[in-house]
Amino acid sequence: MSHGIINGDLVTTLSSRLAPLSQLLPPGRLLHEKEDILPYSFDGTASLKTMPAVVVMAESVDEISAVLKFAQAERIPVVTRGSGTGLSGGSVPVQDGIVLCLARMNQILEVDTRNLVARAQAGATTLSISEAVEAKGLFYPPDPSSMKISTIGGNVAENSGGLRGLKYGVTRDYVMGLQVVLADGGVIFTGNRCVKDVAGYNLRDLFIGSEGTLGVVTEVWLKLIPKPAARKTLLALYDDMEDAAQTVSSIIEQKIIPCTLEFLDNVTINCVEDYAKIGLPRDAGAVLLMESDGHPAAVTEEAEALARIAKEHRAREVRVAQTPAEAAALATARRSAFSALARIAPTTILEDATVPRSELARMVRRINEIAQKYRLKIGTFGHMGDGNLHPTFVTDERNTEEIHRVEEAMCEIFEEAIALGGTITGEHGVGLAKKPFLEKQLGAEVLDVMRRLKKSFDPAGILNPGKIFDAA
Amino acid sequence: MCLPTCPTYDDTKLERNSPRGRISLMRAIADGNLEATKEFGKEMYFCLGCLACETACPAGVDYAHMFEIARSEVERSGELDTPKRNIIRTLTLRFLFMRPRLLRVVGRLLWIYQVTGFQSLFRALHLNRLLPRDFRELEPITPTVRARFSHQLIAPTEKPASGAKRKVALLTGCVQDLVLPEINRDTADVLLANDCEVFTPPVQPCCGSLHGHNGELELARTLARQQIDLIDPFSVDAIISNAGGCGSHLRHYDRLLEDDPNYREAAAEWSKKLKDIHEYLVEIGFRKPLASPRSGPVTYHESCHLSHGQHIISQPREILRSIPGLQLVELPESQWCCGSAGIYNITQPEMAAKLQKRKMMHIEGTGAPVAATANPGCHLQLENGAKNSHLSLRVAHPITLLAEAYRAEKNPQANHGRS
Repeated sequence: MSHGIINGDLVTTLSSRLAPLSQLLPPGRLLHEKEDILPYSFDGTASLKTMPAVVVMAESVDEISAVLKFAQAERIPVVTRGSGTGLSGGSVPVQDGIVLCLARMNQILEVDTRNLVARAQAGATTLSISEAVEAKGLFYPPDPSSMKISTIGGNVAENSGGLRGLKYGVTRDYVMGLQVVLADGGVIFTGNRCVKDVAGYNLRDLFIGSEGTLGVVTEVWLKLIPKPAARKTLLALYDDMEDAAQTVSSIIEQKIIPCTLEFLDNVTINCVEDYAKIGLPRDAGAVLLMESDGHPAAVTEEAEALARIAKEHRAREVRVAQTPAEAAALATARRSAFSALARIAPTTILEDATVPRSELARMVRRINEIAQKYRLKIGTFGHMGDGNLHPTFVTDERNTEEIHRVEEAMCEIFEEAIALGGTITGEHGVGLAKKPFLEKQLGAEVLDVMRRLKKSFDPAGILNPGKIFDAA
Repeated sequence: MCLPTCPTYDDTKLERNSPRGRISLMRAIADGNLEATKEFGKEMYFCLGCLACETACPAGVDYAHMFEIARSEVERSGELDTPKRNIIRTLTLRFLFMRPRLLRVVGRLLWIYQVTGFQSLFRALHLNRLLPRDFRELEPITPTVRARFSHQLIAPTEKPASGAKRKVALLTGCVQDLVLPEINRDTADVLLANDCEVFTPPVQPCCGSLHGHNGELELARTLARQQIDLIDPFSVDAIISNAGGCGSHLRHYDRLLEDDPNYREAAAEWSKKLKDIHEYLVEIGFRKPLASPRSGPVTYHESCHLSHGQHIISQPREILRSIPGLQLVELPESQWCCGSAGIYNITQPEMAAKLQKRKMMHIEGTGAPVAATANPGCHLQLENGAKNSHLSLRVAHPITLLAEAYRAEKNPQANHGRS
C-alpha cells in the first residue's frame, strides 16, 4: 500500500513548524529527509503505513523530555518506537507527527544479584537482557518470538508474552519499576527494588501495556529469578487436535505446570514440513511441544508424567529429546512455524486471539470452519498451555478481494473468542489493528474509563493518539 | 528478524541502514513513491551485501537479487556519478577486470614495484603524501603480489597418480590468482589426492561477481558467457570454486542468463555443477588426512558469501576437524562480516575498519594462532587486521591446511614455517 506518503508542499510547511526541534536537540538526532524517515513509516504489522514528519533518535531522558515539552506546546503527535516489531500497528506513525525512536538507548545499567533486579534502558533488546542476566546464573523468563531485536521498552508498552507464559507469566509479572517521561516532559519513577510495596496507586502497572499512550518508558527495572538447572523437551503427535487439547487439560488438572505447551495444527504442520523437512507426519492433526524445566529430579519426573498423559490421550507417538541438540531439533517444529507460513504467500497476518484453556479445542475447530467459509488459508499454532492462539492468515495484501474476506473472517474469529470468554489480543496489543473490536470485548463503560484516564495523563492528546481507541 | 544480524544497523541503529529499511526504500521506488536519488544510491553502497539478513529472514526474501538490481538501478540513474568515481569504475570494472591478461600484467608491474624495493623506498620517503588522500590510505593495504600466478603453478590438465574417478574444472579467480595463487595450487592438490582429474584453464576471465555486486549486470553477463565458453559444464563432473564471494555469484549463472536463449541451458547446467570446494569434498567423502605438519588451536571465520550466500557452514569445519592435531575453536560471531565485502573496504573505509577491529578482537579472544577463512577478500582483511593490531596470526584457507596435512603424510618435515 502506498497511502500516507506526503507531498513536497506539506514537508515545507511542516519543517518550519518543526524547525525549533533541531535547536532543542544535539546534532545527529533529527531525521527529516525522505530516505531517512520512510523506513519508519511502518512497524511489524502487515499493510499499515503512514509517513511521519520527522524521526528523533533520542539518546537521553533529557532529550525525550525536551521533545515532549515541545510537542505538547505545539500539539504535535508523538509515536514512541523501539525496533518496530509490533504486530498490532502500535508504533505506526501518526501522519506528519514525530516518531521518537529509543533504539539507541540500549544500555543494560545493572544486574543486581543481591536483590535479583536488572536495570536497563528502554531500547535494550530483550535478548541482550536475557543474556546478561543468564551470565550471572539468573533468568528473565518472558521470551517473545522477536526477542532478538524487540526492545524491553516495547515489551513493556505491549505487555508482551512468549512461549513460557503458562508457567512464568508475561512481561507485567517481571516489571519492578519504570522511569517514565510524561506528556508535559516531566520525569517520574514508579516502583522500586522491593518485592512488596503498596504505597499509593500502582502507577507502574498502568503504564504496562499502555502502548505508549500514557507516557514514554525510558528505563525498566526487572525482576529476575534463578536460572532453572535442567530442561527436558518432548514432542507428541496426534491424529486429532481434540486429543492434544484434552492432553493439555489433563496435564493442568493433574497439577502439572510445564514451562511450555505449544501446538501446531495440520495446516501449519504441512507448511513446516515443506519448509524445514523435519519428519513430521503430514496427516497428523496436531503436534504438541512440551517442555519441563526446574530441578533435575523434578524435571525427570514431570517429563515422564507428560509422556504418560499424552499417550493416555491417544498420542500416536511421543518423542523425548535425550540431548540439548535433540531438544533443539524438536523445538524447531514450533520455532519455524511462523517462517514456514510466511514463505507460502506474500502477506502473513498473525493474530493472537486468546481463550480460556478449557475452550481451546473448540476455538481451533471454529477457526477451521471460518477458514473454509471464507475460502482462506489459516494456519493455527500457538501457546496451548495458556489458551493463546495464533491463527495466521496467509494471503496477499495486493489482492483486495481476498483481503476483504480476511477482514470478515478475522472479525468472526474475534467475535467467537469474545463469546467463549476470551480476548481479542493475548499478547500483541490493540494498536490500530484491533481497535475496531475493542468495544465489543470491553463495553462502552470500560472504554470510557480508559478515555478519562488517557485524558488525565495526556490532556493534549499527543501521545500515540488513535491507538487502542479513538479520542471521544 | 533481520535487524540484529545487520552490521550497519548494529552500528548506527538507523532503519535506513537496515535490510528492512533498504527494502522499504527499494519498494518505494518500485511503487513510484521515491526517485532513485543520490541518498538512495549512497545507501545501496553503504550496505555490505553480506547477506546475513537473508539467512535470518523468516519469509525467505531474496535480498541478494534485489540488492544487485537496486545497485544497477543506481548506476543507470547516474545519481552517484562524479568524474573520479566514473574513472575508477571504468578503469577497474569495465577495463581491468574484463581483461584477465591485462590484469596479470598490472599484477606483474605491482609485483616488480614491491620486490624491487620501490615500495619500501616509496614508503620510506613518504612519497605517499603526493597521492590523493583516498589512495594514500589504500597504499598500505595493497596486498603483496606473488611471484608466480596460478597458471605458472598449475598445469592445464593434471591427473591423479592413482587414476581419475572424477573430472573437475578449477576456477582460479582474478584477485586470488595474483595475490593468493598458492591456494589454487593447494586446491588442485587436494582434488588430486581425492582422485579427481583437474582441468584448470590457464587464462580465466573474472567470474563477474565484482560486476554483479556493483551494479554492472550486463558486464557480469558477458563474463559469465566467457566462462561457459571456456569450461563446458557438460564435460565435467563439477566446477570447483574455492572463494566464497565468487562461488556465491557463480552459482547463479542460471538466473543471470535465463533470458539468453543461446546460453540458458548451459548456464543451468553450470549452476548445477558449480560446487564450493568444501561442499564438494564432503559430498564425495574426502579422504581424512593421516598426518599434520602442526598441531594446536585453529579458528574459523566464515566468509559471508560462503555461509549466507551459499549456506556452506558445516563443511569447512568438518574439513578442519579432520586434520589430526588441529583443534577447531569456534569464533564468536563467526558469521559477522569482517568488513572486506568485495571492495567495501575501499569504498567505505570507516565502517570496514570498525568491522575489522571487531573481528580481530574476537579472533584474539580465541587465542588461536591460525585463522582459517575461505575468501580472498576476508583473507586479506584479516591479514591487514592482524598487522594493524600487532597480532601474530597466520591466515590460511581451510584447503591449504588440508593440503599441508596430505603433504605431511609423505614428508613429515614439509611445510614447516610456510605462511
